[in-house]
Formats: sequence, C-alpha cells, structure tokens
Amino acid sequence: MGAAIEVTDLTLAYGERVIQRDLTFTVAAGDVFVIMGGSGCGKSTLLRNMLGLEHPARGEVQYDGHSYTSASPARQRQMRMNWGVTFQQGALISAMTLAENLSLPLELYTSMSAGERADLISLKLSLVGLEGYQNYFPSEISGGMRKRAALARAIMLDPEFLFFDEPSAGLDPISSRRLDDLIATLAESMGATVVMVTHELDSIFAIATQSIYLDNESRTLLDQGPPLHLKTHSEHAVVREFLNRGVAEAAAGG
Amino acid sequence: MRDDALQITRDDRQMLVVLRGSWSRETSHLDPATLLADIGSLSTLKIDASEVDDWDSTLVQAAIALRARANAQDLELLEDWPPGVSKLLVLADAVPGARPEDQQGGNSRATLWSRLDPRVASRAVGSEVANLAEFVGALVLSGLGLVTGSGRGRFRDFLYFCYQTGPNALPIISLTSFLVGLILGYLGAVQLKQFGAEIYVADLVTVGVLREMGPLMTAIILAGRTGAAYAAQLGTMRVNEEVDAIEILGVSPMEFLVLPRVAAIIVMTPLLTLFANVLGILGGGLVSSGLGVTPLQYWSEVQVALYPSHLVVGLVKAVLFGALVGIAGCRAGLNSGRNSEGVGKATTEAVVVAMVYLIIADALVNITCQLLDI
Repeated sequence: MGAAIEVTDLTLAYGERVIQRDLTFTVAAGDVFVIMGGSGCGKSTLLRNMLGLEHPARGEVQYDGHSYTSASPARQRQMRMNWGVTFQQGALISAMTLAENLSLPLELYTSMSAGERADLISLKLSLVGLEGYQNYFPSEISGGMRKRAALARAIMLDPEFLFFDEPSAGLDPISSRRLDDLIATLAESMGATVVMVTHELDSIFAIATQSIYLDNESRTLLDQGPPLHLKTHSEHAVVREFLNRGVAEAAAGG
Repeated sequence: MRDDALQITRDDRQMLVVLRGSWSRETSHLDPATLLADIGSLSTLKIDASEVDDWDSTLVQAAIALRARANAQDLELLEDWPPGVSKLLVLADAVPGARPEDQQGGNSRATLWSRLDPRVASRAVGSEVANLAEFVGALVLSGLGLVTGSGRGRFRDFLYFCYQTGPNALPIISLTSFLVGLILGYLGAVQLKQFGAEIYVADLVTVGVLREMGPLMTAIILAGRTGAAYAAQLGTMRVNEEVDAIEILGVSPMEFLVLPRVAAIIVMTPLLTLFANVLGILGGGLVSSGLGVTPLQYWSEVQVALYPSHLVVGLVKAVLFGALVGIAGCRAGLNSGRNSEGVGKATTEAVVVAMVYLIIADALVNITCQLLDI
C-alpha cells in the first residue's frame, strides 16, 4: 500500500530549544503506527506538530500526497475532516454531555437531522461499550470510560486517520488491554490508518504493525520498523533495551 | 566523635587519610579545602575509609569535592570508600541524557534588571498592544462570522454565561454599589455641610454614581468575579486539551469559547450598571436623611441632577468596560500554560490586566468627554 502520511525533515522546537530534528518517515495506509521513545523525548510534540496544533521549525507533513504544513487554513480544516483524534485525558468538552460531544462533529460537517444524529451517536457509543450514557457529563464517568467516549467521538465521521496520544496512560492493565483491542478492531474494520504515541510495551506489541523510536539523547529518530523486529534486530542497543524492558542484551541474546 | 576518626599521615610525596567510625551530618565532616590547603610537593593522596561504619550524603558530597580538588591540583587519588558510598559516586558521575546547559537555547529567564531596561520594557508594551489588537481583531471577525451565518457560536452557551455574569452577581453588586453611594454621600456631606448646602449631596451622588462609580465598580466586581472565572475555565480547558480537541474538530476556539463569554459580559455589564446606579443613589439617600434632608427633597434633587448625558456616558463606559474585562479574562485563559500553575497565573493575569485596562479606558473616556463637553 502507498504512503498515507509522509513526514519529511521535520524539526520540532520550542523557541530555540530543539526537541527532535530531521525526522523523516512514512506511514502506510492501514498501518497501526506507533511513535515510541522514553519520557520527555518529544513523542507527543511530534504528534501535535503532525496535527498542526504546533508548528514545526522546519520540514513538512503530507497526508495522501498533499502537504498539510503549507496548506491554507480552509484546506487544513477540510483535511482534518478525515481525522479522528483522542488526547491523553480524552479531552471531551466538560460543559457538554457525551451525546453533545459526539454530536459536535456531525453538526459541523453533516446535514443530518437530530433524529439521525441521535441514532448514530447511539451506535458509536454501543461500539465502545457506553450505550445509555448519552446524557452523562464527562465528569460523571470514570477515566477509562472518558477515553472510550473520546474514541467514539473520534470515529463519528468514519475517519481515514486515527491519532491517539497515550491512549492507555493511567488505565489499569485490563482496561488498557481492552482499549488496545478496541482500537485495533475499530481501525481494522473501518480500514483506518492509526498513529499512536505510547511507551506502553504491551500496547506496542499487541497492536502496532510499524513503529519509530525517538531518542532522548541524540534528539532524533534512531530506528524504525515493526516493533517485534526491532526488539531483537535493531542496530541500536537503546532501542532493543527499550523494547525488552531495560534488559536488552540478555533478551536479545547478547 | 572518636579520637581516631580522622588520622592523617604524610611524607613529601604522599598523604594518607584514614577515616573511621561515624561520618555524618551530626558527627564528623570532612573538609577537602582544609585537608588540601597546603599540598607542598605531594603527588599522591590516599583515602582509606573502609573502616567507616556510619555515613550519610555529606560524606559522598565531601568525596566528590575531594575528587574535584585533587584533579585541579594534579594529585593522584587512591580511594577506598565504603561500598554504598562508591555506588553513589558512580551514580553521581553517570549523567544520562543531556544536561540542561548542553541543550540548544537553554533557559532564557529575564532578570529584573533586563526587564527594567527601557528598550526591553517598550518592546514588551509594544508586543502586548499587538497581541491585544490581534485578539480583538480575531474576536471581531468571529462576531462578523456569526452575523453572516458562517459562525458556530452556541446561543445556549451565551444564555448560560449571561445568567452566570448577570443575575448571579446581583448580591455582591448590590452591597458594593450601595456602600459606594453611601461613601460618596459622606464625602460630599462633610464639605457641603459647611455651607449649609446638604441638599446638594443628591447632585454629587447622582452624577458621581451615574458617570463614574456605577460602571467602574460594576466592572471591577466583574473583573474579579467573571473575568477570573473565564480565565480559569479556559485555562483548565487548555490543560485538559479540550481547546486542542475543539481546534481539531475544525471549530475556532474564538467562536466557540470566547465569543459567547465576551458577548454575555458586554450585554450584562450595562444592565448591572443600571442596577448599581439605583442602589448607589439609595445609599446617598441614606446619608442625606441623616443630614435632615427628607426623602422627597432628596428625590426631587436627584431628578434635577439626572441628565440623560450622565446616564449615557455611564452606560457607554459599562459596555466598554464589560468588553475589556471579558477580553482580558478570555485572552489570559486561552494563552494559559498547560499546567495548574499556568491556570493560576492566567487567573491572576486576567484580573490585573482587566484593572489596568479599566483605569486606562476610564481616563480616556473622561478626557474625551471633557474635550467634547459632554
């Protein structure tokens, strides 16, 4: 399959402080692509730059062959219709009920009637196991439920791209595993390309088909490939160590 | 401290330092500076601390200082520390990742002096004015978008914020405006009584409250109450990434979050000001009645002083002040840092900036009215 996302020479910086430099990689259509690396290496910053929430110091991001970085705001908005994004905390709008949160993308981008919207909201909530919670506010449900509700909002418009920022952060192992399975199932059945930031090894091995490793020390992309391959065959000890829970040499056979 | 805790033997070439017993904060302290004050022709320093049986971090700190000093003075150092100290020394030496100063850019916190520099200060004022103009411009464009039908503000939010800003503020506005009317009355009474002109307290209070104190006190209360609340709400939404989520959905936070809030405060401030005016005049009435002026006399004198122009100037100020408080609050909230400290700072900024805007705007309106003879 062709490249759905192409990142070229991307340099991320806050003011003069460089976070990551010269990142070049491609995400193929249908991949579950994981951005991994140690804490504070700039994984979430990379995602925010890919989403246009922050502007890269240099470089370009293309979706389906069209540059996003240099597109006009109107065009960017149009491209974003193809995206579903969930943030670390879920980022549901706290002043709105779950139904209103889910209804928002439909109101913005479709001309569906209120009844049609309610039916679709009901379907998406049942997909993430939250049927019946339409009238709850985000503060009235648990953290895991909020993340699932955010996932439901992200898939309201059947997006081509799904982005996740540390989806399982703060969840217990069972909820975390269920969320991973849910993401994998939804992405596969909808044919979406998934880009996920995480350092949870269980998530990485469970669902990732491709990955990149961002290094904290050299501040650039150290290696890329399927995580299971990198676990044993990465040229870089630090990548093997990361994927083997800090016991690289023993697990990688020396 | 044991007598043999520190034992030093030296010859021309070598110094042997033996440590024993307890080396901690409360007991003995090893001072490398004293130890190596006069090294003469020494070439080797040997530390034997293998018999130390109780130590804490001060010994590790002393060991690090000793290494640095020995290195600076070109001494060969042979060390034998307790196993725990050796492990901590290895940890302290190993620095994973880059140190802060190795990173590009670095920490550019401005010092007090640099901020007092007139050039720096004028640049700061310039950028503040530019940011404010940009924010107001974006807000006006969003407002126009709403009028032309392409916007996405929510009318329900507007009504909710009207309720929060207006009716909910009535008790505190009542109290402050009544007391301000009372204070104005007393101020005037003290002077006017000397001329037997107590009746004119009514004029002073009416003009003072309508033109100045009504709108200003209302705006100050709203800055502390509503402006700060706006900053805290939007700041928290920033921390929770709700603002990002709204942007990703393709909605401008300006239309969706700022516009309903600023519109609500612009609508509610003149209404609250009218209410404050009435309470202020009543406060003045209470003072007058203490001076022997009957309520009827007071009321008829109030009517004499109540020119429509006073009321209009006051209400124009109220609209302007409401907009400024709303803008200061929303701008601080949207620009908040992504942590709890950022929300706190945004709230403070909302109130402080609103106060500065209010005073400057009030002065400008008064000067303009003076020039136009209104």
